[in-house]
Amino acid sequence: MAMWLFLGSECLLFGGLISTYMLYRGRHPADLGPDQIFDIPFTSVSSFVLLMSSLTMVLAVSAAAQKDDRRTNLWLTVTALLGATFVGGQVYEFTSFYREGLGFTSSLFSSSFYTLTGFHGVHVTVGIIMLMALVGINKRSSVPGDKAEVVELVGLYWHFVDVVWIIIFTLVYLIPS
Amino acid sequence: MAIIERPSTPALAGSGAPAVVTPSQAYGVLKRPVSTTGWRSWVFTVDHKKLGIMYGVVAMFFFLVGGVEALLIRLQLAGPEGTVLSAGLYNEMFTMHATTMVFLFVMPMAAAFANYLVPLQIGARDVAFPRINAFGFWCFLAGGLFLNTSWLLGGAADGGWFMYQPNANALFSPSHGVDFWGLGLQITGIASLTGAINLIVTILNMRAPGMTLMKMPIFTWMILVIQFLLVFAIPVITVALFLLMFQREFGATFFDVSAGADPLLWQHLFWIFGHPEVYILVLPGFGIVSEVLPVFSRKPLFGYRFVVFSGAAIGFVGWGVWAHHMFASGLGPVSVAVFSVATMLIAIPTGVKIVNWTLTMWGGKIWFTTSMLFAIGLVVEFTIGGLSGVTHAVAPSDTQQTDTYYIVAHFHYTIFGGAVLGLFAGFYYWWPKMFGKMLSERLGKWNFWLMIIGMNLTFGPMHIIGLQGQPRRMMNWTEARAGEGFFNLGFWNRVASVGSFVIAIGVAVFLLNVWQTHKKSSKTPKAPLDPWDARSLEWMTASPPKEHNFDAIPTVHALDEFFHRKYEVDHDTGEVRKVATGEEILAAEEAKADKHIHLPSPSYWPIILAFALPLMGYGVIYNRLLIVAGGLVVLLAMFGWALEPSVADDSDYDPPADGGGSNKELATIG
Repeated sequence: MAMWLFLGSECLLFGGLISTYMLYRGRHPADLGPDQIFDIPFTSVSSFVLLMSSLTMVLAVSAAAQKDDRRTNLWLTVTALLGATFVGGQVYEFTSFYREGLGFTSSLFSSSFYTLTGFHGVHVTVGIIMLMALVGINKRSSVPGDKAEVVELVGLYWHFVDVVWIIIFTLVYLIPS
Repeated sequence: MAIIERPSTPALAGSGAPAVVTPSQAYGVLKRPVSTTGWRSWVFTVDHKKLGIMYGVVAMFFFLVGGVEALLIRLQLAGPEGTVLSAGLYNEMFTMHATTMVFLFVMPMAAAFANYLVPLQIGARDVAFPRINAFGFWCFLAGGLFLNTSWLLGGAADGGWFMYQPNANALFSPSHGVDFWGLGLQITGIASLTGAINLIVTILNMRAPGMTLMKMPIFTWMILVIQFLLVFAIPVITVALFLLMFQREFGATFFDVSAGADPLLWQHLFWIFGHPEVYILVLPGFGIVSEVLPVFSRKPLFGYRFVVFSGAAIGFVGWGVWAHHMFASGLGPVSVAVFSVATMLIAIPTGVKIVNWTLTMWGGKIWFTTSMLFAIGLVVEFTIGGLSGVTHAVAPSDTQQTDTYYIVAHFHYTIFGGAVLGLFAGFYYWWPKMFGKMLSERLGKWNFWLMIIGMNLTFGPMHIIGLQGQPRRMMNWTEARAGEGFFNLGFWNRVASVGSFVIAIGVAVFLLNVWQTHKKSSKTPKAPLDPWDARSLEWMTASPPKEHNFDAIPTVHALDEFFHRKYEVDHDTGEVRKVATGEEILAAEEAKADKHIHLPSPSYWPIILAFALPLMGYGVIYNRLLIVAGGLVVLLAMFGWALEPSVADDSDYDPPADGGGSNKELATIG
């Protein structure tokens, strides 16, 4: 329940950031706007990777429910790797935008874009840390399936972060300005 | 996550007395702190009562800091062309006065009461997440200290407590004050958020058997409403503060009009947080008087359900009125009309409460203790503040009053008259419960009358000078333009300054009272178990309560459970008669004490994690390397925290047969 409350709180955090972005998305020089800079195929692939990590998270939760620690750890690690791939993709994306001249301070659009997606990236990173900690806890625990509910909680968080990305991806990348 | 208690295991039930488990075994990176005496028992504690007292002490300290700031402001305005403070220092003073009082006094003092009382009122042994609770307290302390170090490091924040943009960006406020303000509030925000989640889970999941939501003490109800407000308000200010930090420290232009930005964004974000915030400030006071008034009127609270639902209604409608702080910013007639009507609507649930309190006293055998006086003071003074609030809801009149002393008068009547008087009622009411000693009633009455006269002298005249047009945040006034006769600004400013010192004397009397009660040679007798003939569950245990709160978790049958155990209706005569004293009820409860009580163990990680945050804060302002260092400590502390078992010594338990034992600690999941 604490996790649900926390996620409710997070909704407003992202709500605030998304509103800021929507307010400022049109405020940029003509040659450096969202339409010119986004590489939609690339981001679609990394979004797909993140969505797949939700699937592996489900598998981890179900393995934990069946008290199968080995499979739980396997799927948790795969989820963490997929998440890391997504974050890696984001780093690559940011670097290439920066090379094209879109710095953090270039325009209101760029500041709000980097803030919003950066915050999401940090959330994915925190999720990866939580997954790694879970694998650590599982390795120490002598009782199989001991931490099933913790796995479920982290799963909730992970799915939330994914859902937020779906919203961000739609609003930021897919809707033309 | 933490264990509150484990199911008792027959194998360990050898001794008759409840055995509190103290962990001895180290596990994880650091040894678990185990001492139960000395400073270590406080610094590493996870006990909600100790944390509550620490919240109280620190909040009281910040109350004095904020009070001194207020006195300096009033000294500056006591005469024409005041020279006590420079213009810059004056700006810092009113900004920090407001920030300190709101974020470092009223909110944490409410947290002190909530922490201490909520588990006791609902018959629980601790909160749901004791380590997170400790983390919240240390975050609050770390954030508060961080915020105030700005005085020594080039000047404090000077943009007003709402820190409007672009006025507070680096061009107009070049010192680091605003950076300290933003980051400090970010850290105290973490404290509020974690505390809120913790208390909601505690209240919803850990009530004693039989206590349905509608049998819950009203104070706990109000705390529940406040925590929901906090959960949803804090993230909004978090976003605003992050944008501010990026703007000032990393060159973003979120509020830079020349770059095409819209400064109203700040105002919206701030007030979407800021308006729920004012209810966060005042509802604890409402909760406290709703406990105090029935006890001293010897009557149940009139319309308990109405008070509960009007509290919840304030919580909901409080989200739809934020823009009434922005009537003067050109929102357009439709928004102004909508927010104007919503603001008038919110007066209804508040009015309901006032009526309920009045009818609670009506026909009661009123016992005028200090606590009761403060509670009645709240009802009266808050009504005045509420009425001037309704005049702001009328948009045309509000445009006249915006940024004048009339506003200052209004919110001091609501916050001083609502929150502070409520908190003082709480001090006198629960002091015997928390410390086992009674505060002196004689000094208490001095305290009350000084404060009530002082507040009316201070804030009453502000209505007049405000309507005369004295702007708030004005650093001095001149005799030549002060006006004539009754409306002479100078006269009323002097009255207000005198009043502020009367309040200060009142607070000093309170501190004297505390000192007299607790000094070594004090002859104050131990407080009786049930000094006020009280009604709710927290009085059904020793004063001060044992570490595990209740020897046996009580089973609840009624609202005002303790009262119903003491009194019964005589079916023949229809009269209420006393059937048991508090001592007898307590003895009966102790007789069926739980055999084996597990409490959460102390931990190092909360304080380490909390103090890593200001380190990162200094890093943002001065040196990026410090961010990395702080970040590493945070990362380490989080892993340490996660890997630390809830209770250190596993040999205390039988190994759980099917994982069921360990799942107990997660019983809090929805």
